[in-house]
Amino acid sequence: MTAPKKYGMSIDVDRCTGCGSCMVACAVENNIPPARPGANDRNGLTWIRVYKVDNGEDYPGKRSAFVPVLCQQCGEHTPCASVCPQQAVDVDPQTGVVGQMPERCLGCRYCMAACPYHARYFNWWDPRWPAGMEKTLNPDVAPRMRGVVEKCNFCHGRWHAAKEKAAAAGKTEIQPGDYVPACVEACPTGAIRFGDLNDPSNDLRHPDSFRLLEKLGTDPKIYYRSKRDWVRQAGQAARPVSPEKEASRG
Amino acid sequence: MDKHFIARGVRRCSTRQFLLWILPWAALLAFGLYSAGLCLIEGLNQTNMDNRFAFGLWIYLDLTVIALGAGAFFTGFLLYILKVEELRAVINSAVVIGLVCYSGAIAVLMVDVGQPLRAWFTFWYPNVHSMLTEVTFCLSCYLTVLLIEYLPIVLKNRKLRQVPSFLVFEFELHKLMYVLAGVGTFLSFFHQGSLGGLYGVLRGRPFAFREGLAVWPSTFFLFIISAAAVGPSFVLLTTWLVQKISRKPLVRPAVLQLLGRISGLLLAVYVLAKAVDTLVWINRTSPESGFPAAQYYSWRPFGTWILFAEIVLFGLVPALILLAPKLRARTGWLVSAAAMACCGVALNRFVMTIQTLALPTLSFDKFLSYYPSWQETGTFLAVVAYGVLVYSFSFRYFQLFPEERELKLEVREQEEVFIWRTTSSSAPCTQ
Repeated sequence: MTAPKKYGMSIDVDRCTGCGSCMVACAVENNIPPARPGANDRNGLTWIRVYKVDNGEDYPGKRSAFVPVLCQQCGEHTPCASVCPQQAVDVDPQTGVVGQMPERCLGCRYCMAACPYHARYFNWWDPRWPAGMEKTLNPDVAPRMRGVVEKCNFCHGRWHAAKEKAAAAGKTEIQPGDYVPACVEACPTGAIRFGDLNDPSNDLRHPDSFRLLEKLGTDPKIYYRSKRDWVRQAGQAARPVSPEKEASRG
Repeated sequence: MDKHFIARGVRRCSTRQFLLWILPWAALLAFGLYSAGLCLIEGLNQTNMDNRFAFGLWIYLDLTVIALGAGAFFTGFLLYILKVEELRAVINSAVVIGLVCYSGAIAVLMVDVGQPLRAWFTFWYPNVHSMLTEVTFCLSCYLTVLLIEYLPIVLKNRKLRQVPSFLVFEFELHKLMYVLAGVGTFLSFFHQGSLGGLYGVLRGRPFAFREGLAVWPSTFFLFIISAAAVGPSFVLLTTWLVQKISRKPLVRPAVLQLLGRISGLLLAVYVLAKAVDTLVWINRTSPESGFPAAQYYSWRPFGTWILFAEIVLFGLVPALILLAPKLRARTGWLVSAAAMACCGVALNRFVMTIQTLALPTLSFDKFLSYYPSWQETGTFLAVVAYGVLVYSFSFRYFQLFPEERELKLEVREQEEVFIWRTTSSSAPCTQ
């Protein structure tokens, strides 16, 4: 019997350059099909999505940052798990990872409405790959069909592979280096780090870190880091907007 | 041609006129079925919903028609359980309205889900913590109850009554009506509440999230009261509309006024509860989640006007009109207030569905808008056309208003008296 893990992530916003490598690596690893004609940023599949955020000021005071947003793997009152009518979403007590079972999903999209981070995606189209490209598919990850919801699962295929490797070596615990999600591996600046939050040897929960919309009480396992106050503030609820900007919103 | 199917003692338009009436609705239904078929075959990419607007016109429609269809359970509850006998005059009509609303809503839900063939999964792997599970179970069961309640209305058809076994079956079903009304009321209370709970439990959507009692958020109770309030109003409105279109008195004015009074009373309770709930939400629930409530109304076009319209204009105002006996006695006021009450509930369901999803939760995300595609609108219109058709056929061939025959005789007597008086007064004096 292995000790339960609590896998989590640390994303250093100050290091993120917004290159999008994490998004590409995620799509390749998890067999996310190329966007169909007619798809846009509102109906495409992006398990991890890099938002460009600014401090709301005009030049020369304007400052920008890039915030990669993926499933926050909520721990407390997981909003999507409790609402799913047919238990297609679960929280693995061994890893703390919020899993999605596409083969059981009805496609009601209630979980999407429940997610405050907009990190769940619906398959609006049948998955299709250009001829020949299907040979590049990852055999460890099943492609999802039209009409079901999907989301980041911390590259569950890799976790299975690491478990198998450990079992083959006669071990019950996997080596930390054997299980790393694709986005972590691909980040050129090392902004994304991954590990077991129960393990005191890592510093994923740094004093600089903050979590998105913390007051909602969903206990996310993604910790963001930034030394800039406005970035930390942007991670919380919508900031107050000046009347002029407010007028331009609508 | 079909006169043998029409109840004795009532008059209906000619078959030709009836066909002319149903033709445009049938065309609309065909167009809607084509739209729905496209969504089922090609997928939900035919709609304008997206990952942010996961719900759209259809869920809004479902919530609204289910609230409007609440007249079926609430009228049944008042008649069979609380013995308000005057409502017997509209109970059949209320059952048909309920059947149309619920079956239409379930049909649209089947188009709305991505994998309709997996609908049974909810019964096989139910998540007892999900409000949607509760909704699915209660809706399915209540639709069955409504179908059983509809059967005696069908079996009372003049032609079908000639089959003795149908007559016996219908008689036996009538004995069950009290049980069915009780079961229907229980199920309806739960699913109306669960529909409210759908949004109220969304901790991640502070605009919709509400505290409550035990596992039920306040929206659970608000949806029950609002549906019970607006159900009688919709029965009133439909009855008035059918009277106008058919140009026949179908129920006594006192019955419509009674429906209005019940609606007004419940609407007043709802407005009070909604006002208290809104104050608690503005001052406690939302700020505790890190969202000052005022910011929700800074996104145009959803200003504070929508809150005013929901609680005052389409809540308090119709409630006061319906509670004032003098205003209620005037058809114009009565019908207008009932229509306003229906609009108020429709607006509330709009706010819960569309405004909830339009508002961003992340500070760096955008406020988004959504317009339904023609396929979504077509499917929506199909439900309207289906409702009109089922009601039209039911009105023509079944006796939806038991008082119609009596009222017809009364009108004829009054006309005869009037003719007699006018002829006798205009006749030359013989003495």
